[in-house]
Amino acid sequence: MEAGANSREKMARFDRLVLPHLDSAYNLARWMTRNPTDAEDIAQEALLRAFRFFEGFRGDDARVWLLAIVRNTYLTWIRRQSSQQNSTEFDEHLHTDLELSLTPEADVLRRATVEQVRSAIEALPPEYREVILMRELEQMSYKEIAAATESALGTVMSRLSRARSILRQLIANERRTEVKQP
Amino acid sequence: MTSHAQRNLLHAYIDDELDLVRSMELEDHLAECADCAQQVESFRALRTAFATSQLRYTAGEQFRSRVMQAIEKAERPPVRERERRSLPWWNWVAAAACLLIAVGGLLLYSNNRRDETLAHELVADHVRSLMATHLTDVLTSDQHTVKPWFTGKLDFSPRVRDLSSDGFELVGGRLDYVDGHSAAAIVYSRRKHVINLFTWPAKSGDESPQATAQQGFNLIEWTQDGMYYCAVSDLNQQELREFVELVRR
Repeated sequence: MEAGANSREKMARFDRLVLPHLDSAYNLARWMTRNPTDAEDIAQEALLRAFRFFEGFRGDDARVWLLAIVRNTYLTWIRRQSSQQNSTEFDEHLHTDLELSLTPEADVLRRATVEQVRSAIEALPPEYREVILMRELEQMSYKEIAAATESALGTVMSRLSRARSILRQLIANERRTEVKQP
Repeated sequence: MTSHAQRNLLHAYIDDELDLVRSMELEDHLAECADCAQQVESFRALRTAFATSQLRYTAGEQFRSRVMQAIEKAERPPVRERERRSLPWWNWVAAAACLLIAVGGLLLYSNNRRDETLAHELVADHVRSLMATHLTDVLTSDQHTVKPWFTGKLDFSPRVRDLSSDGFELVGGRLDYVDGHSAAAIVYSRRKHVINLFTWPAKSGDESPQATAQQGFNLIEWTQDGMYYCAVSDLNQQELREFVELVRR
């Protein structure tokens, strides 16, 4: 049976190229949704989509391709979410009052706890959060991030720069309030 | 040095994304400019905090096997090819004889199986739609809002009827992907029971409603005016039939 052989071949190829990146898919979904249940839904949906459109995969980097699908699945989900609950995923005002020109001491940042780093990342606007995750957790190059987020290199650069400035400030501010109230 | 290095360049430098020449130029600048050097140190410290924090989430084994199962299920051959080609009558006779005698039973079996797979898929879709946030993409009880909403998102225009005067309230519409193509799901409710009415262009001619049950859900499918319809609900079969008759009117 020709069809059977083809589908086995497709399955094997998918196994070899895409499934090794399941953790990356889950990790991105987990950070973007900020909760494990939605993350699983989105990661699973994305992998199914990836499988469906696998014939169309021509590139050489399956991880970048898969993460782009995860991202789009997430965007669809969040759009649905906000149209139903009228909730805004992110409040831009939260960060506008941060004084970004200040340069926190390197020591302060090095001593940040895991919890501080984690909550700072979670507080980032999604478009900054995704570039930080791809860069710092997935160790992706600017070019790969640009491909996965379907944006220009310049956009990746400026978002990364802005993301790090916000993170730095969030962590440093928290350290400072910690010191103030022992 | 008159001005500071461009902020984006500092990050590209930290991330090893600069070419050799740019890198060396920037290093020259950093040697002279304490401000920029401090920026670099500070951002590097931030990266150190990331690296030591073990921030990566990994998927659980259970989740992994669930995904594998879902993919294997999707891998099953595409369902539903009930097209009827027009052939000369003697071909039909010959084919019918062959089918009846030799493989009739087998074909019936496999056809049933295909229908069952589709029914399965529709029920799974129905159940998924009931999970809190997935019921509708467009939420409205106005048929004149639902119908245009589908336009442009689908390559067909589903018929959307307001049946609220008959006790079936129009809740909204949703895009779905069923059986290898996009489908419109029009959502109704009857006393808290949700009815998903799936529809897409049919490949075969008119067929009268056929009721089946699957995993405790009732399904009624039919083909009408070139469109395939399937109503799925946990509503009892009697009322679901009423609903179908109203839709078919």
